[in-house]
Amino acid sequence: MSICIENLSKHFGGFAAVDNVSFEIADGELVALLGPSGGGKSTILRIIAGLEDSDGGTVELGGKRVDHLHARARQVGFVFQHYALFKHMTVGENIAFGLRVQGVERSEQRRRVEELLGLVGLKGYDGRFPHQLSGGQRQRVALARALAPQPRVLLLDEPFGAVDAKVREELRRWLRHLHDELHATTLFVTHDQEEAFSVADRVVIINKGKLEQQGTPLQILDEPATEFVARFVGEVNVYDGIVRGGRISVGGLFVPAHHQPDSTHVRVVIRPYDIKLFRVESDGFAVANRVLPIGDRVRVEATLHGGQPIIAQFPRRSSLLRGVEPSCRLGVEITHSRAYAVAAPEPDAGTAVPDQRPPQAAPEMERGEAREGEARGESGSAREESYSEAVS
Amino acid sequence: MRIPWRPLLFVTVIGYLAALVLVPVGAILIRVLAAGLGSVLSELGRPAALHAMKLTAIVATIAVVLNGLFGIVAALVIVRQRFWGRRLLDTLVDLPLTVSPVMTGLAFLLVFGRSGWLEAPLAAAGWKVTFAFPALVIATVFVTLPFTLREVAGVLVEIGTGDEEAAVTLGASPWQTFWHVTLPNIKHGLACGVTLTMARSLGEFGAVLILGGAISGKTQTATTFIYAATEERQEGAAFGMALLLALMSMLVLGVLEWLKAPRRKEE
Repeated sequence: MSICIENLSKHFGGFAAVDNVSFEIADGELVALLGPSGGGKSTILRIIAGLEDSDGGTVELGGKRVDHLHARARQVGFVFQHYALFKHMTVGENIAFGLRVQGVERSEQRRRVEELLGLVGLKGYDGRFPHQLSGGQRQRVALARALAPQPRVLLLDEPFGAVDAKVREELRRWLRHLHDELHATTLFVTHDQEEAFSVADRVVIINKGKLEQQGTPLQILDEPATEFVARFVGEVNVYDGIVRGGRISVGGLFVPAHHQPDSTHVRVVIRPYDIKLFRVESDGFAVANRVLPIGDRVRVEATLHGGQPIIAQFPRRSSLLRGVEPSCRLGVEITHSRAYAVAAPEPDAGTAVPDQRPPQAAPEMERGEAREGEARGESGSAREESYSEAVS
Repeated sequence: MRIPWRPLLFVTVIGYLAALVLVPVGAILIRVLAAGLGSVLSELGRPAALHAMKLTAIVATIAVVLNGLFGIVAALVIVRQRFWGRRLLDTLVDLPLTVSPVMTGLAFLLVFGRSGWLEAPLAAAGWKVTFAFPALVIATVFVTLPFTLREVAGVLVEIGTGDEEAAVTLGASPWQTFWHVTLPNIKHGLACGVTLTMARSLGEFGAVLILGGAISGKTQTATTFIYAATEERQEGAAFGMALLLALMSMLVLGVLEWLKAPRRKEE
C-alpha cells in the first residue's frame, strides 16, 4: 500500500527534528531513508507508524489519511534496530503475538507461524527463546513477527545496525530477496549509504530534518542535488572555485562541471575516481605524497600546487599509475565534477592562503556532513594566471 | 617489607561484618538457647505475642499488596509519562526513605489524631484511625512506599519502550501490552520490590509506635512487642520475638538472592 507524507514537521523543544518533509512511496516499492544519525529519519518512520505525533503535516497510507489513528490501528509492521523481541516468549509466540491480540483462531495462528518461519528460513525454531538465537536470526524473527498480521506497509528502523558486518551483508541480500517475493511496500532507515544503495529501489536523503534529495541510487550518485548529498554518498574532494567566462577554476585548475550553478563563487565536488593523475617530468600541477594499494584499487594522495590535498583512485592495473611514486610531479585531469553555489567569501579570505595542513590529514575526504571552512580552494588571482590553461 | 594489602582488606571486611551483623544475631541466638528453647516458645505462645505476630503479618501483607499495585502504576507514570513536576514527584516518592519514621508518625498524628484535620469527618463516619488498626496500615504503607516503585522504575528505565512499542504496532491494546509484555518484563523488579516491602514492613517500629500506640493485644506489632517486653524485663519473650524477626529477615534475604540469580544468568 502506498505511503504519502506531506509537509511533515516535528519539534522537540526548540529543535526541528523533522522540517517540512514530503515524499511518496508507491505501492510495492522498497525505499531507503538515508542520512546521518540524528537527522530525523527515525522520527519520520515513527510518525508514519503512529509511535510519535507530528506537529504538522499529514500521513496517508493507501491514499487515506491516518493521522487520527492510534499506532495499533494503523496496521503497520515495524522492525526495531534492537529487535524488541519479547524475551519471555518463544519464537513461535513472538510471531503469533499480533494475531493473538487480534483474536485470530489458534489453528490459524499456528498455520501462519509455520508459514512465516519458512519464509524467514527458521523452520523448526519456533520453540526457541530469543536469547538462544544469533543477532541475524533475531532480526529475522522480528521481521516475521511484523509480517504476521499482514501489515499494509513495512517500516524498518536501522534494521541491520546491531549485527556484525558479515551478517549485515547477508541480511541485506535476504531483505531484497524477500521484498522481491512479497512486494510489500517497505521503508527502511539507514545511515549507511552502501546499505541504502544495495537494497533500495529508491533513496530519500534526509539531513537535519530536511529532505535533501530523492531518487534512484544512480541519480543520487551521479547527480547529487546538494553539496551535502555529494559529500555524504562517498568520498569526495571539495574545493572552492570561481566561475570565469563560463568555466570553473579551482586554483590553477579548470574543472569541467557537470552542473554549473548561476553564481560566481562555487564549491566544486570531485570524486576520487573522476580524477586522472599521471606522471610528468616537468611542471605539473601536483606532487604525489603517497600511493596506497587498497585491494582492487589504488589510492593516490597528492598536493596541488596551491597547497590543497587531492585524492584520486584508480583500478589496480591502470596504466596511468606507471611511474607514479611519492614526490613525483603529476599532471591533473578532472573528468567529472559537480559545482554548487556558495555565498561570496569574506573580502580578506579572497587572498590566496594555501592550506597548511599536512596532506595526509586530508580533512575534506569525509563521508559525513559538510563541515564549514574545509579545504578552501583559493579564489585569489595571482597563481591562477600562472597555472592557466593547465588542463585541457 | 611489603604490606599484604589483599589479606588485610579481606580481614577488615570480614571483621566489620562480623562485628555489626554476625555478633548481634549470634548473641540473640545464644540468649534464646541459654534461656531454653522451650520456655521461649511458651512465651511466644501467649495470646499477646501471637496477636502481635498476626497483626504484623496482616499489616505487612496489606502494605505489600497496596504498595505493589501503587508501585507499578506510579513507576509507569513517572518513567513513561512526561508532565510538569515529574522530577519533583520522582524525588518526593523517596521521602519515606529519608524521613525518620518517628517524625512520620507525628505528622500523621497531626492529620488523624485528636483535633487533627481528618479526625472529625472520620469520627462522624464511625472510623477511628489513631491507636487502632488503620494507624498501623497507614504508618507501614507510608514507610514502605518507595520500594516497589523504585525497583520497578529501575527496570522500566532499563528495558526502554521498544517492547511496548512493538506490541502496540502489532495491534495490542494498552491492557494487552501491559499484561503480556510490560508485566513479564518487570516481574523480577516487582518481586524484589515486594520482598523489600515485606522486610521493611516486618521491621517498622517508630511510626507504628507513635501512630498505633502499641496497645497490647490491640495495636502491638512484633517490633513494639519486643520493645514492651524489654521494658518489662521479659527477656525470654523479647529475645524470642527478636530471633523470629531475624529469621524472617534471613528468609527474605534468601528469597531476594534467589530472585536475582536467574536474572544474572540471562544476561
